[in-house]
Amino acid sequence: MTVSEIFETMDYGTAPETAAEACAWIKRHGARFGHFIDGSFTKPGRGFESHNPATGDLLATLTQATQAEVDAAARAARKAQPKWEALGGHGRARYLYALARLLQKHSRLFAVLETLDNGKPIREARDIDIPLAQRHFYYHAGMAQLMEDALPDRCALGVCGQIIPWNFPLLMLAWKIAPALAMGNTVVLKPTEWTSLTALLFAEICQQAGLPKGVVNIVTGDGTVGEKIVAAQVDKIAFTGSTSVGRGIRAATAGSGKALTLELGGKSPYIVFDDADIDSAVEGLVDAIWFNQGQVCCAGARLLVQEPIADLFYRKLRARMDKLRVGNPLDKSIDVGAIIDPAQLQRITALMAANDAGESHLAATEIPGTGCFYPPTLVTGLNPADTLMQEEIFGPVLVSTTFRTPAEAVQLANNTRYGLAATVWSENINLALDIAPKLATGIVWINSTNMMDAAAGFGGVRESGFGREGGWEGLTAYTKPKGKAKPLKEITAFAGDDAPADPIDRTAKLYIGGKQTRPDGGYSRPVWAKSGALIGHVSLANRKDLRNAVEAAQAAKGWSQTTGHLRAQILYYLAENLSARADEFAKRLNAMQGGKAGAEEVDLAIKRLFTYAAWADKYDGQIHGVPIRGIALAMKEPVGTIGVICPNEAPLLGMISCMAPAIAMGNCVILAASEPFPLAATDFVQVLETSDVPAGVVNILTGPHGDVAGDMAAHMDIDGVWSFGAAPLSEEVERASASNLKRTWVNNGMARDWSGSDGQGPAFLEAATEVKNIWVPYGA
Amino acid sequence: MQTQTKSGPSHTSAPQLPQVTEPRNPGMDLDMNWVMRLQANTSAIERRAASLPARRSVKKSHQAAWLLRAISCIDLTTLSGDDTERRVARLCAKARQPVSADLLRALDMPTLTTGAVCVYHEMIPAALRALQGSGIPVAAVSTGFPAGLSPLHLRIAEIEESVKAGAAEIDIVISRRHVLTGDWQALYDEMRAFRAACGDAHVKAILATGELGNLRNVARASMICMMAGADFIKTSTGKEAVNATLPVTLVMLRAIRDYYDRTGYRVGYKPAGGISKAKDAVTYLALLKEELGDRWLRPDLFRFGASSLLNDIERQLEHHVTGSYSAAYRHATS
Repeated sequence: MTVSEIFETMDYGTAPETAAEACAWIKRHGARFGHFIDGSFTKPGRGFESHNPATGDLLATLTQATQAEVDAAARAARKAQPKWEALGGHGRARYLYALARLLQKHSRLFAVLETLDNGKPIREARDIDIPLAQRHFYYHAGMAQLMEDALPDRCALGVCGQIIPWNFPLLMLAWKIAPALAMGNTVVLKPTEWTSLTALLFAEICQQAGLPKGVVNIVTGDGTVGEKIVAAQVDKIAFTGSTSVGRGIRAATAGSGKALTLELGGKSPYIVFDDADIDSAVEGLVDAIWFNQGQVCCAGARLLVQEPIADLFYRKLRARMDKLRVGNPLDKSIDVGAIIDPAQLQRITALMAANDAGESHLAATEIPGTGCFYPPTLVTGLNPADTLMQEEIFGPVLVSTTFRTPAEAVQLANNTRYGLAATVWSENINLALDIAPKLATGIVWINSTNMMDAAAGFGGVRESGFGREGGWEGLTAYTKPKGKAKPLKEITAFAGDDAPADPIDRTAKLYIGGKQTRPDGGYSRPVWAKSGALIGHVSLANRKDLRNAVEAAQAAKGWSQTTGHLRAQILYYLAENLSARADEFAKRLNAMQGGKAGAEEVDLAIKRLFTYAAWADKYDGQIHGVPIRGIALAMKEPVGTIGVICPNEAPLLGMISCMAPAIAMGNCVILAASEPFPLAATDFVQVLETSDVPAGVVNILTGPHGDVAGDMAAHMDIDGVWSFGAAPLSEEVERASASNLKRTWVNNGMARDWSGSDGQGPAFLEAATEVKNIWVPYGA
Repeated sequence: MQTQTKSGPSHTSAPQLPQVTEPRNPGMDLDMNWVMRLQANTSAIERRAASLPARRSVKKSHQAAWLLRAISCIDLTTLSGDDTERRVARLCAKARQPVSADLLRALDMPTLTTGAVCVYHEMIPAALRALQGSGIPVAAVSTGFPAGLSPLHLRIAEIEESVKAGAAEIDIVISRRHVLTGDWQALYDEMRAFRAACGDAHVKAILATGELGNLRNVARASMICMMAGADFIKTSTGKEAVNATLPVTLVMLRAIRDYYDRTGYRVGYKPAGGISKAKDAVTYLALLKEELGDRWLRPDLFRFGASSLLNDIERQLEHHVTGSYSAAYRHATS
């Protein structure tokens, strides 16, 4: 077209970014890549091809890692780890800083390579992925520098196995590697087979930074290589990807003692209230669901619009969609690029073909005839029961329904198995700040969407996984407490045949929903003192009792909305009432366990109640320093309902040490009392009943832990399970927890000194809370 | 969408007359429900404005064509206390021949003028003389420009004088105080009176957005001026501390879109002050294309109020033709 013709049409034309340098880099490697193990590239072996999804062109041939190669990588990481950790925070900070600088120096090469490999628009790779990856290294250089001062009681986990997805290849690498290295860990990382190239370029950068050999190891291959990493000699697995694979990893690592963080799928709600800036909310959807072709775990994929503005909103949205430019990802003026792979395109197409609900609008925009492209799509008029409203599509498809009231918006938003992120649009600060805490997600964006930064933790609740990446809260996932744990001693109940100690028969029942209830099964067992005297009977709880306890806990959810001050008052009251009966409790503890330590245990239990009464209104959230005009509020919210397998030892103190932090933070608990010494717990029921603890906040079960542990961990309406019981329960709990991917905290058969500093502290508070980051940009 | 353009966009490239194919916006009754529902979230608007230039890149021949289009939409302006008739004549000569003839020949655009020339009332006759036969309209700033605080009857009389003197377009300034005190009815009535005084001359309503306090006021003032019959809404006088910006533009364009969706009348947009780079001009055109559509990319619905922008565009055009970066002194001054 001539200039004078364009003068009339005013078309954009094309603005292609050159791929020459990126192609030259691939060529320099002979378009064949091995792994990066122990500081050097291995010889390319048998493997698979990596294609450009926009064109189908072959980019390179990659190597499928063998068992021996995965083992070699894990060994190299293991060998390098002690020296890397011993380098100290400042020493590691220098390397992380160098990595950040090198990412910056090669930023365009990384961006173009990412676009070639992944199909995302060059604008996004250039302006979002690569700068954020750099930011993570800069930020965590700082965390390395500060570790000794800020986290004096924490040390590295060791070797971390890290498995990352294809939607943000380099960015996810940065999210995984930067915090791991900062805290003194070494890593074995696997990118997906579809997008490994920027990870391999990153390996070169590690060489350029002079990073010690073995600190970063990168192996390529498909999911089976991932399985090999999960099974390898590593101390932690960090996974980002699909919920089904995450579930498999949870089950596979159960009982292994490996730490685990999972960042999984989502179906994030995007809520628009009738007082929103409608045009801005429409534009926000471009960043929510048409960013990276909608292949974003936190994509605002479920649009919920308040009824009064729904028609207007949809009309504006359709008009906006028709303006999206879909096509060559290397074109700087493209909004939506290529779907990652024909397999994913097929998945999206099949999901859409199977849908006959609602009305679909396909963006009236040109779609390339070849390559993996899918038109931006809006489906309105859906109901929560429709498959498209529930299933993660992971493509440029937005589904929608309407709501009437703020309460209904919350109800619809939370009507999902996932809980990663949510977006709220309203010009009313009262409304927005009321809704944000009610959303069951790890992230809430107010009047904005898809904002991410190294300073604010990213991660979800429910089946979106657990753990946070970024911020102070993300460091827990890459550290452990200093010190060496001792194996747990097995404790069994005493047997006897003496006469009852009490003159009148006493029946210890279960404590469910504020009532003492008989066990569903109708069975009890005798409890004998060390002396052999019969000191009582306890009920044997079964799965139905557990079910009832969960229902009671659900009914007591108002507890999470109470003030920290009120919860503190109740914890002090518990301490007061326990103190009033200290002698009786001490005697009981001595009778059950033998010895004379009962009085000391009661005293420590009272102190512990005081400790968490103190924390109840002081475990503050944070305001993260994210680079926007606005704030990211890191709010500490209760996990929900927590099931606790209480330690067999320290039958009173152990139980209190778990119960107190949990309820102080606003959780409801179901306590499975010490199996051999259950009477301290059943006696404690009377203290609970006299201390204004609302019904259902604390529920106590007795009987064999094994009878309830598995059901507790599998129960879909329990949000977290802690196991401090016998060693084998750890594996059972972790394995069964895969059902709804609830958070677990298990002892892995190691002992904890309940009377010492191990028995209280930040670990308990962290386990009792979830960090929710609420992003609030502002501007007059 | 109630009415359509009476005829398709003009494909003649010269002269750049305001193409009166659009029915004029007659205005409508003041609808306060609509006005008060308007919202403008500053952070979100700023994000959109910040990401747009990176989302739309216009290169090579397309860039040259877009820059020529930008020239055709410039209200070449001089609004200085020291303006003289000779000074205005020089400006008008530049409006007739904004780019050197050899460059235009190389670009296959033999005829090109700016959209209009914009001057104070006293300079209207000089401008008319200098532009005679060119078809370039003369716009006059009016109503006690730039503060707009002279007596209302004098402001209305000023419009009438300028129209009588031959100005085809009148750039009025609104009373910012009506916005800041929330006296929306007064703003509407004032704009109605200005529109009536303009008669057949087109009226551009200058909101002085830099003095309205926030973007929501910009949205509301935009809507009220359109309801009161503005043909164009314009950001600034060029004399405020902050003049045209992309966020303000976004708010005003969205108001224009809403008004069009509701009434079927297309109202024009004129950012003024602070746009001095060719790249900025392309960004503004892209924002217009995205938010309003191609129909608005013509001088009857879009103008840049600018004085130094043209020179930067000339340098970019010469670069396009020769492949070498250009220098300002190579291009005729205004």
